[in-house]
This record gives sequence, structure tokens and C-alpha cells, in this order.
Amino acid sequence: MSIEALGIRKKFGAYTALDGVDLNVPQGKLVALLGPSGSGKTTLLRIIAGLEFPDPGSGRVLFHGDDVTDLPAGKRRVGFVFQHYALFRHMSVFENVAFGLRVRRRRDRPSPASISERAHRLLELVQLDGLAGRYPSQLSGGERQRVALARALAVEPKVLLLDEPFGALDARVRKDLRRWLRRFHDEIQLTTIFVTHDQEEALEIADEVVIMNKAHVEQVGTPQQVYDRPASPFVYQFLGNVNILRAPTLAGARSRRGEQGVEAPNGQIYVRPHDIEVTPHDAGGTGISAIVRHIHAAGPHARLLLEQVQTREHVEAEISRSELAELKLQVNVLVRLRLRQTHSFDEDYAI
Amino acid sequence: MRLARAAPPRAVRDPAWARWALTTVALVFLAFFLVLPLIVVFAEAFQKGLGYYFASIRDPDALAAIRLTLLTVAIVVPANVVFGVCAAWSIAKFRFPGKSLLTTLIDLPFAVSPVISGLVYVLVFGAQGWFGPWLIARNIPVIFAVPGIVLATTFVTFPFVARELIPLMQAQGTDEEYSAVTLGASGWQTFWRVTLPNIKWGLFYGVVLCNARAMGEFGAVSVVSGHIRGETNTMPLHVEILYNDYNIAGAFAVASLLALLALATLVLKSFVEWRQTGTP
Repeated sequence: MSIEALGIRKKFGAYTALDGVDLNVPQGKLVALLGPSGSGKTTLLRIIAGLEFPDPGSGRVLFHGDDVTDLPAGKRRVGFVFQHYALFRHMSVFENVAFGLRVRRRRDRPSPASISERAHRLLELVQLDGLAGRYPSQLSGGERQRVALARALAVEPKVLLLDEPFGALDARVRKDLRRWLRRFHDEIQLTTIFVTHDQEEALEIADEVVIMNKAHVEQVGTPQQVYDRPASPFVYQFLGNVNILRAPTLAGARSRRGEQGVEAPNGQIYVRPHDIEVTPHDAGGTGISAIVRHIHAAGPHARLLLEQVQTREHVEAEISRSELAELKLQVNVLVRLRLRQTHSFDEDYAI
Repeated sequence: MRLARAAPPRAVRDPAWARWALTTVALVFLAFFLVLPLIVVFAEAFQKGLGYYFASIRDPDALAAIRLTLLTVAIVVPANVVFGVCAAWSIAKFRFPGKSLLTTLIDLPFAVSPVISGLVYVLVFGAQGWFGPWLIARNIPVIFAVPGIVLATTFVTFPFVARELIPLMQAQGTDEEYSAVTLGASGWQTFWRVTLPNIKWGLFYGVVLCNARAMGEFGAVSVVSGHIRGETNTMPLHVEILYNDYNIAGAFAVASLLALLALATLVLKSFVEWRQTGTP
């Protein structure tokens, strides 16, 4: 089922959490709401769920074209998974999953046998069937998260909403679980929105990424679109490491001149560390002269900290370890930098 | 330089004699102020024999006092459970103006002398009070009657349940309730199936303390009751009257019932604490 939010505004006292936000999630997609904390992403998710309501008269929430703005959470058929799981601590895993079916009105309630069958099938789906009798306090973080997911799915929701689903897990479990979630989504094909502040997570598993900042949506697009064609300096900086260079220092530094076309009106050029090519200083004669100040070679890539000769400003470059070996770089050696791909933005922007 | 050499933790450094001395002081203090009086209560109660003990309790005035105390408790404790749960729920789970004022007001009975609380009710509902003439004209007795005793006891005991629940509910947050709501549970279902099971031991603890205080309350009740034998005397007031009549054994016989209540409360309290820490 598709989800649409139109012109949503939400204030908490004097603080504006959402300032006229539009969102359109097509049927069956896995969409990430990505942004720093305080950008309004969780508030937007809670408004879609019906746990918060937009400011009166400000906007609408539509499910499959139907206006659900005034429907309470319990009537929207949404599955919501909380960041800290919010499992019922006094109930077993099985009881947690069965809860949504047990609280139905008698005429809609399945028989005890079919409730039990459904709960066990869901626990199988999230690979936890052996733990049905345990209590939440006896489970690991990843297991709790999957119980929360099974519990949300038990009511056969039409959309699935996940609030920082991996936020409380350690790095390793987090990686496993997010790949699992991607496969899981491909299997069940349920329209899903998840909130995250981790750009790597969003870019890796989402079909579409919605980047939010300061109560606004900055950009919407596939992971590749937003990474390759960021709409604003904020998006550019939020999605990865960045160097900001002053244009006048760059004469002749760009490898393929004119590809990124216009000179920046404010004179600022954005370039990612892995888009900087490092060459020996005596090779060509074009490019920025810089001195290697620090080499950080632990990890899959080598990171270089360089100081531009002309401006004394620092630049970070990322090259492969084989390049590093070929160049035989050392600290305090003079090199030339060429920029493979750069971006510039019209507006003035301060970090 | 001297600071750089880290001192060992206090517990490691304290010499044996200090530990023994502190423990002894605590135990002697406890024995003198708690155990000894308890022994005296029962010794005095039985000084004229078992027969006199039971006769004192079966005395019509004593039975009336016991009945009145039980009646008061039967009204006050449920009322304070309802009030306590409502107050704790709204303080822990909602944002509203006047919240900190409500939190402070809940503690008021702890801060005010019970005698003053009793006097306030006399001033409000008594014959010379604000509503006194109106109530007397309609033949609704409050002061020197059962309603006054219930009111005064309710006031003195209302912090117990709320105080117990507020920190517990604040620590538990609202996510579980929100989960229940998104799963389609109604407000009642959420309360009965999610909130109440999570707070049941805290609630029980609050009820036990509230009950103990409601039975034992003397000051506030003394002011509003009027000490009419067989009618407006609760157990603590009856004990005082017997004592003033030089019926020492009778006074202690009734007092022993209150002492037994205290012991039962302690047992229940430790049981609840053991439950709260001992199981998931």
C-alpha cells in the first residue's frame, strides 16, 4: 500500500519538528528516512503511524489514497517497531507476538488454535521459533528486535514502520540484521519505512532514501542518485567525507574540465577524498601542489592528510594501498592533486 | 604529591573494631527502640492471662473500634488506589501544565502534622466551619462521625500509593503502551494487560503501606472523631482510652492487634521486595 504525507507541520511548543513536509512512498518499497538527530524524521514516522498528529489544519496522511489523518494508531493497520523494542516485559515471546490478535473484538478474533499457529509461523519467519517460551529480558538485542518485528507483523499490517531499527545494537549484529531485513523485505513485499541516522545503512538497503534536515526534506532519490547527484551541500556532506576547496586555487586541477560545468558563485568546490588523484609532483605540471602531512594506512584504503602549498589549507585524500605503494609516498613529500569529480552549489552554505 | 597516592576504598581501610562498633550500635539501638517495646506490648497484653486478653478484645467497645477501623480501611485503601494510579499515570505519562505542582501537593500529607490535617477538616466541615451549618441543616454529620474519620485518614494516607508508582512508571516510560495501541488494543486493554501487570508489585507495596498507616493513624483521626465510645473510636483511639482508664492489660491487648498488623506488613513488604528483585 502506498503512503503519502502532504504538507505536514508539527510544532512542540516553540520547537518546529516538521515544517511543511511532503513524502510519497510507492507500494512495496523499502524507504529510508535519513537525517541527523533533531531533523524531524522520527516525528514524521510517528505521524504516519498515528502516534502523533500533525498540527491542526496543516496536512494530510494518505494510505493508498485514503485519508487516515484523523484515524488513531490502532485503526491504521500499521506495524510499528520501536528503537528500544518496547516488548511487553511480563509476557513471554509467544504472548508478545499473540498480543495483537488476542486484543481483537470477539467477532474478529481468531480461535486460540489459529492464534497459536500464526504466532509460531511468525516466529519461524524471524528464525526464533525455539525461543517462544522465553521472556524479553532473556534475549539478546538482535533477538528482541526480531520479536518486535514478528509482533508487529502479527496483526497483518499494511505498512511497516521501523524507528531506528538497529540503533541500539552493536556494529556487527547491526550489519547482519540490516542485510537480513533487506532479504526479509524482498520476501514479504510490505511497504516499509525505516528511520536512521546512519547513511551507510540507508544507502545499503533502501530502495529510496529521503534525506531530512532541520524539519525539511532535502532530497529524495535512489541511493545512487542522492550519492552521485546531491541536491544541496548538506546532502553532500551528510552522505560521506568531503573536502571544501576554494575555486581560485584549482586552476588546471580538474581532470576532465567542464564536466561539472559551472564555476561555483560562492567560490567553493566540494570533492570527496576518493575523487582526489595523487600524482608525483614532477609528472605533469598541472594540479594543486600539496605536501603530505600524515599517512593513515591501517584499513582497506590509505588516507592521506595533505597541506596545499598555496593556501596552507588541509585536504584529505583516499587512495588504494597499491597506489600508495606505487607512489612510495612519505610524510613531507611534495605531490600534485587532481580532482576527478567535483560539485559546486549555488547557495551559500555554512556547516 | 600526597594526593597522587590513591587512598584505598574506605571499606577496605576501616579497622575491624570500627565495623564491630558500628554494627553493635545499630543493633543495640534497634533492640532498645523496636524489639523491647514489641516485647513489652505482648507481655503487658498477657499479664492478666489469656482469658482477660480475649475478653478485652471481645468487649463491645473494642469490637466497635475494630469494626470502625476495618470500615475506614475498606473505604480509604481502594479510594487511594484509584487516586494513586490516576495521579501516577498522569504525572509519569503525560505533559501538562501544573504537573510539578501536583507532584509537590502529593507529598503534602508527609510534610504536615496529622493534627493540623485533622484541624483543617474541623474548620471546613465542623459546626463553626465553612460548610458546617449547611451540612447540619441537612443532617449530614461529618465531624465527630464516620465520614470525618474517613476523610482525615484518606488525606493522611494518599501519598503512599502514588509515591510508590510515580518513579516506577516514569522508569518504564510509555513505549509499551504505544506498542499496545499500534497493535489495536483499546485504552482499557492497554491498562489491564500492559500497564497494570508492569506495576502490580509496586502497587501492592503501596497498598500494604497505605493499609498499615490507615489502621494506625492517630493524630488526624483523634481531632475529628470526638472519641465517642463504641461509635467514633478507631483502634488507636480505643487503646488510648483504655490506657487513660488505667486498664493497662486491656489497652495492650488491643495494641497487640496493631502490633501484629505491623509485623504482617513487614513480612509482606519483604516478600514484595524479594519478588521485585528475584524474578524477571
